[in-house]
Amino acid sequence: MSTLAVHGHEVGQQDHDHEHHHHDTFITKYIFSQDHKMIAKQFLITGITMAVIAMLLSIMFRIQLAYPEKSFPLLETLLGRFAPEGKISPDFYLSLVTIHGTIMVFFVLTAGLSGTFSNLLIPLQIGARDMASPFLNMLSYWFFFLACTVMLSSFFVQKGPASGGWTIYPPLSALPKAMPGSGEGMTLWLISMVMFVASSLMGGINYVSTVLNMRTKGMDLWKMPLTIWAFFLTAILGVLAFPVLVAGVVLLIFDRSFGTSFYLSDIIVQGKVMPYEGGSPILFQHLFWFLGHPEVYIVIMPALGISSEVIATNSRKPIFGYHAMVYSLIGITVLSFIVWGHHMFVTGMNPFLGGVFMITTLIIAVPSAVKTFNYLATLWRGNLRFTPAMLFAIGLVSFFISGGLTGIFLGNAALDINLHDTYFVVAHFHLVMGSAAIFGMLAGVYHWFPKMFGRLMDEKLGYLHFWLTFIGAYLVFFPMHFMGLDGVPRRYYAFTEFESMKQWLSVNTFITWAAIMSAIAQLAFLFNFFYSIFFGKKATQNPWQSNTLEWTTPVERIHGNWPGEIPTVYRWPYDYSKPGAEEDFIPQTVPFSQTMSSNLPHDFEDNEAGLEAYAKWLKENKPKEEN
Amino acid sequence: MAFKKIFNLKTLSSAFAGMLLLATSTVMAQDTTATNSAVADDAAKSAMWTSVGYYSLLLVLVCIIVGIIGKILRVYDLTLQIQGKKAVNWNNVMGALFVLFLAVGLYGAFWSFTVQGSMLLPEAASIHGVKTDNMFMVTFGITVIVFVITQILLFTFSFKYRNTGKRKAYFYPHNNTIEKIWTVIPAIVLTILVITGFFTWKEITNTTEEKGDINVDVTGHQFAWEIRYPGKDGKLGSKKYTLYSASNILGVDFKDKNSFDDLHADTLVLPVNRAVRINISAQDVIHSVYMPHFRVQLNAVPGLPTYFKFTPTITTSEMRSKVDNPKFEYLLYCNKICGGSHYNMQKVVRIVTDAEYNDWLSKQKPYLSDALKKELKLADNGQTKEAAQNRLALNN
Repeated sequence: MSTLAVHGHEVGQQDHDHEHHHHDTFITKYIFSQDHKMIAKQFLITGITMAVIAMLLSIMFRIQLAYPEKSFPLLETLLGRFAPEGKISPDFYLSLVTIHGTIMVFFVLTAGLSGTFSNLLIPLQIGARDMASPFLNMLSYWFFFLACTVMLSSFFVQKGPASGGWTIYPPLSALPKAMPGSGEGMTLWLISMVMFVASSLMGGINYVSTVLNMRTKGMDLWKMPLTIWAFFLTAILGVLAFPVLVAGVVLLIFDRSFGTSFYLSDIIVQGKVMPYEGGSPILFQHLFWFLGHPEVYIVIMPALGISSEVIATNSRKPIFGYHAMVYSLIGITVLSFIVWGHHMFVTGMNPFLGGVFMITTLIIAVPSAVKTFNYLATLWRGNLRFTPAMLFAIGLVSFFISGGLTGIFLGNAALDINLHDTYFVVAHFHLVMGSAAIFGMLAGVYHWFPKMFGRLMDEKLGYLHFWLTFIGAYLVFFPMHFMGLDGVPRRYYAFTEFESMKQWLSVNTFITWAAIMSAIAQLAFLFNFFYSIFFGKKATQNPWQSNTLEWTTPVERIHGNWPGEIPTVYRWPYDYSKPGAEEDFIPQTVPFSQTMSSNLPHDFEDNEAGLEAYAKWLKENKPKEEN
Repeated sequence: MAFKKIFNLKTLSSAFAGMLLLATSTVMAQDTTATNSAVADDAAKSAMWTSVGYYSLLLVLVCIIVGIIGKILRVYDLTLQIQGKKAVNWNNVMGALFVLFLAVGLYGAFWSFTVQGSMLLPEAASIHGVKTDNMFMVTFGITVIVFVITQILLFTFSFKYRNTGKRKAYFYPHNNTIEKIWTVIPAIVLTILVITGFFTWKEITNTTEEKGDINVDVTGHQFAWEIRYPGKDGKLGSKKYTLYSASNILGVDFKDKNSFDDLHADTLVLPVNRAVRINISAQDVIHSVYMPHFRVQLNAVPGLPTYFKFTPTITTSEMRSKVDNPKFEYLLYCNKICGGSHYNMQKVVRIVTDAEYNDWLSKQKPYLSDALKKELKLADNGQTKEAAQNRLALNN
């Protein structure tokens, strides 16, 4: 029987049967597992745990901001010496801010998001048995776990965790005596971060090599789902950017411990002239932001990939402008490496350099705008099913618009003078890479929960979770724009020392209560997640009627993914609601020979045999239709 | 009375509400001052555990309410099914909620602008501040238009195209013309913003020193700002951090004769409508000179002296009348984490007339204090000799 397969590549095909995997013990199956699906779950559950911790830290410092004059005995109970008489100390306030930022950026939005979904979906959506190196993949999780443990252990050292901000600029981070959080806490921060980068590199190399080498038959680059494109480009970003952070951190450790002066010069600490000469703290900022800005996209691109998949599936429409979406992702990837300097407009670096970075920064808004418009066009005339995943994906688009637009202000060097390091920045990045990325992650969890656990999460609780979080996030971050525009600096322990800032106290209180509401809303998610793992409604193989390959695997999860041969791919992943088709979705594994009534000439690009067969079919069938 | 009747839902919920009320009245936030006393301290400690209980009970209450609502909805759903009616169409509910969110959200944003808008962007009190504010307003106008249009499209599409079970989605994978249009338009708009932004940035940063400009030295350290003015010669003497001492806290180099008449001030006082060059440096960690009213911000970095030039245009007294606040002061904050007291590292900035400025300046103490003179004499004979000669020059 002839099939009208197009793009019949045989790249990375693994047609051998992988059912011969050895018998797993509890330890090899659940702890030191090399199965990408189990590793994805490990990343997810660790990420959720870290997110809960980071959220609790943020609630603590929000309480301080809302009630700077009040004492909360509960805080002393929880924090001990860091909150004497129920009031958080100013130094520990900075620690809370620092560790909240670090955990959220690196451990939740990078490892929790990318680690979970790259691991889960790359092999499943490209048709591979596992990652290129399952052992390295397992190590990547355990390095991540160690990094989390070391970071959290810093709460138990005498002077508390690092407190120089998540960007740990020297000299604060290079001079152990600069502040309490510059001591052992900072050392642990650095060790944790090196472990984290090692984990990211192991993961990233695996993702890149798996996507490049292990795609199933027919899965050429232009048939890859946008999730895979996003994970692939994110991994490239990470592999190229993270080592630079390690280089910066190693030099920082030298300055801290061995008396070098890479980042230090002309320093007087506690009345004592230090011998450092010739270094520059700005050098660290260049190295840090060379990672730090791509990191923003490392966080948001997987979320955009996930939302593309979720929106297309639940709109029952092809994602609009698939090629433009891919080119936008590629554009963002390339440009993200040459925009880091906009974080340094006011550092005193050469103003000409500031001008150059301003141009590159604003250019990156173009591919971002294209993505937004394409999402809107995908929704247009769709047949929208509001699963919780879809709600979170729509929420992501809303945040991406709101947060992205304020980036235009900050990317403009002249405007940044007045907005830099104010609450405007906090509002901007919490909307665009905090809320949007978290919503992408949550959309992914709701959408692929059946694939991970074979059960469905409760929809009603999902709705409750979405609306409280969505409204809560806007109530938290929208008013912050106003504070920033009034010149209220971020990372201030209290505003009561400034007459002009006292007018924002009621707004701060409001924001804190909105944050508490959002935090409570997460209980609905946590309950739903853990309850559904064991007691959720059992899922069918393809509960969302989706086209991608992961839904062709059995509900019963096996190491190797498919019990028999890996399926062959014939078409792109977005054939939803195709005219003439019997159903509103056609999986990638369905050959064109089985869907003659819905085929389009465009489907046979570079496949002359297929096109000829299609023309023949048309000739034979058209008259019948006309009659 | 039957035993089980005592524990009916009404009794339990009343008891629960009573407990909550009791906990609320006893353990809510207390004043710090009150906890300072021994009695209050004990009370606070005993309240600690009560407060944990309070918050836990509150949480349990919320969860119970959510659970009850969920069960009610489930029962309602099942009742409809039994009656042969259609169950609640959650797709319609979600679509409607999106439209409601859009309406309330847009009104909320409008309300915020009208109420909090008056607290925003304090009037620019410098020449370049007015220019950046103009650019801000242009960017603001463009982004608000895009924001409103895209959010309206997002949520109305979500409502209008919700699944009703009667339609099939429109197969529409791409349209090159449309895609080109919405690539080119943002590119053009951003190009305009880039060009205007670039020239404004250039104008702000490409400043040259001219005669009559005022040079002021602002140095940050944990946790204060030190301010040094030039004396009658109008020139600041050079600094070297290795010369730091308890009396010479800025490490001013007295081998440089320009140092001898330098002044040490407590307040940053500047004359209106005169170009000011703020020379910025730090001694220990990175600080940031931030004066929002003048749209000035630049980091103070150890080992990297920088400067920012601006021209103040509104005196403090004029601003006091404008904002109708006789206590108003311009402030200089630290805007970069520098340690525990970072949040309170401030300096008053006073903008005055030329006459007031000259009068104030004449009353400032010389940086070369008696203690420092003494120290220099002790430290280095050669330098002391030179300093002595220069002291004569100072007197002249």
